[in-house]
Amino acid sequence: MTLGAGAVRPRTADKKAAARPGIAGGIGSRMSKGAIHIVLIVIALFWLIPGFGLLIHSLRPLEAFGESGWWTVFTEPSQLTLQNYANLLGDADLVGSFFTTLVIAIPSTLLPVLFAAAAGYALAWIPFRGRDALFLIIIALLVVPLQMALIPAFSLFRTLGISGIPSIWLFHTAFGLPFAIFLMRNYYAALPGSLIEAARIDGASEGAIFFRIMLPLGFPAIAALLIFQFTWTWNDLLVALVFAGEQRPITLFLRDRLGEFSTGIDVIAPGVFIAATLPLLVFFFFQRYFEAGLLGGSVK
Amino acid sequence: MKRRGWVALAFLAPALLVLGALVVWPAIRTIYGSFFGRFGDEFVGFDNYREMFRFDRMRIAIFNSFIWVVLFPLFVTTVGLVLAVLSDKVGWKRAFRLVIFIPAAIAILSSGIIWRVMYEADPSRGVINALINIPVSLVRPAGELAGAAPSTDALVVEDDGSVTAVVDVDGAGAVVNLGLLRITEAELPEGAIEAVAPQGGGAGTINGVVWRDTRPGDNVKGVVEPGELGVPAVTVILVDEEGNEVAQASSAPDGNFAFEDVEPGSYRAGIDGGAFREPWGGITWLGADLVTYSAIFSGMWIWAGFALLVIAAGLASLPRDTLEAARVDGANEWQVLRHVTVPQLSPVLIVVFIALTINALKMFDLIVGIAPGSVQDDANVIALEMWRTAFTGVGNRGVGSAIAVFLFLLILPILVFNIRRFTLSEGER
Repeated sequence: MTLGAGAVRPRTADKKAAARPGIAGGIGSRMSKGAIHIVLIVIALFWLIPGFGLLIHSLRPLEAFGESGWWTVFTEPSQLTLQNYANLLGDADLVGSFFTTLVIAIPSTLLPVLFAAAAGYALAWIPFRGRDALFLIIIALLVVPLQMALIPAFSLFRTLGISGIPSIWLFHTAFGLPFAIFLMRNYYAALPGSLIEAARIDGASEGAIFFRIMLPLGFPAIAALLIFQFTWTWNDLLVALVFAGEQRPITLFLRDRLGEFSTGIDVIAPGVFIAATLPLLVFFFFQRYFEAGLLGGSVK
Repeated sequence: MKRRGWVALAFLAPALLVLGALVVWPAIRTIYGSFFGRFGDEFVGFDNYREMFRFDRMRIAIFNSFIWVVLFPLFVTTVGLVLAVLSDKVGWKRAFRLVIFIPAAIAILSSGIIWRVMYEADPSRGVINALINIPVSLVRPAGELAGAAPSTDALVVEDDGSVTAVVDVDGAGAVVNLGLLRITEAELPEGAIEAVAPQGGGAGTINGVVWRDTRPGDNVKGVVEPGELGVPAVTVILVDEEGNEVAQASSAPDGNFAFEDVEPGSYRAGIDGGAFREPWGGITWLGADLVTYSAIFSGMWIWAGFALLVIAAGLASLPRDTLEAARVDGANEWQVLRHVTVPQLSPVLIVVFIALTINALKMFDLIVGIAPGSVQDDANVIALEMWRTAFTGVGNRGVGSAIAVFLFLLILPILVFNIRRFTLSEGER
């Protein structure tokens, strides 16, 4: 094969570059494998250092934050203590907010994924008038910012007498749906039609097809969505800021303490890591699905 | 195939109900509400839109969002592309990509907090300034008397920070007292002993003392008293009327120093400004001027993993033979990247770029987490200002709605682009 594939047709400028390998040319050709390893290790360390720094702060007494940087632990490891975590785990506010976050995140994850699986199946396999138009609307809704709905939704919930956690469930469900439907519909649309046709010829009802065939078959996409949506709702700040009442999730617990940053760092720093435990566990254990969820949505 | 509208509706109903009630209807209602007043009761036409652009806070927010949109998507896509291509060449690419992706798993608010600590201005506490301080302190070290100030008005602080006294040298020997305050005993150079008041010497001599002009209990400024400590190892400079340095002396443990064989005339004796130079205070990354750029950099740290992952997936699906062909034909790695990889990846790069542009416009949690309270206004962005206007303080629903609509209008071209892209790709099927 030649370079004539179109992508590499040399232009004048390129000929010059080829004749005289400049600095840029050197990057790829002269950079040995060893150098690439070193560069990547340095970059990976750079990515870990910020989180590591706050982790060390979370393990030092409050006074230490105002006096010295976290890297002083390398010379004085005696400053490390678990006291901040011990204090926090005895703090009813923090423990309460952790469970509030769980109570918020679980229905906010299950509802949109279930609704989206059903809607995705219909959009992919049940023909009806206006199906394509409806899917285009879903695609349009993908990028509508939350801010467009906050004020009227706030009034609507008040009128209906819905407040606090249930209002967060509903709002997360609404704004999780466009992406979830988009993903499920595309996933189902890629399945072989013969499968569904065979089931229909056998006389299976649409309900049976959905619950017995489509839900199990959709597992990879559903798992990806569950993990994505769980992480999203667990980490949410904006929706909670607007709709949470007395029961506040952990992001609000942190946000409420940012006003006294340097005097509250003994609560804020360990709070960040307590808040991160669950999403990090989910991320490491279900990484494959997490990536799939992300990729499915963006590369389509 | 026969149409089965009712069956479809049953499957779609829960989703459509929620979407209609909490996305579509509220979005339309927000547009409507943007033409009404603070409490949504009186019609005000376009007043909210006019008022919105008059708020200083909102102007800064629009300017910052503009910077975000210009820098953030390009920066993060570039980093993602470079990391994807580099990591593609090693065996541990999965582990590397996992590490880069970790920040995406935790709350953006938490990432903001993490970086707020990274950006601490004090070089003894913020790691970024600590690293910069290593070369800075070599080139421009802090003075040994940093923070100290003269104890009496008889001493003059010059423009360059040096502290001097006027001395006239004639027949008899002259005496100079350089009293310092605002320096603790612990900060004194090592070996300090009780200061001794200098005695006048013979003709052409200047005897002086540099000392800590304070002691526990009563004391008189400008006079060396028992119990006050000398400041040793200070370089004292003698400057003539033309400003030329004529002699140098170093103070003894009791603070005494002496110049001899000085020509008659008027001089200034004193301590060079370098001795008083404060240690480097660090760059205020989170100050009003830099906070947006600092936040964009930490945003890169959060979202590069996303860009890397999507681009890497695109990279994996590229046909390898064109790459090989280019290499066989003598193209170097840079040329391969520039002329083969990037053009072939362009659909993926566009997707990443668009997703990041939307993220830049919707930036919220990161600003809340990273900007200290006093610079929240300077770090403000449109999405944050919408919430602040509508939901903090008394709350202005009219202007809040107008800001939301403005944000939506900025995203609208992307919405149209997405739909067109999708209809085209469906058409190809």
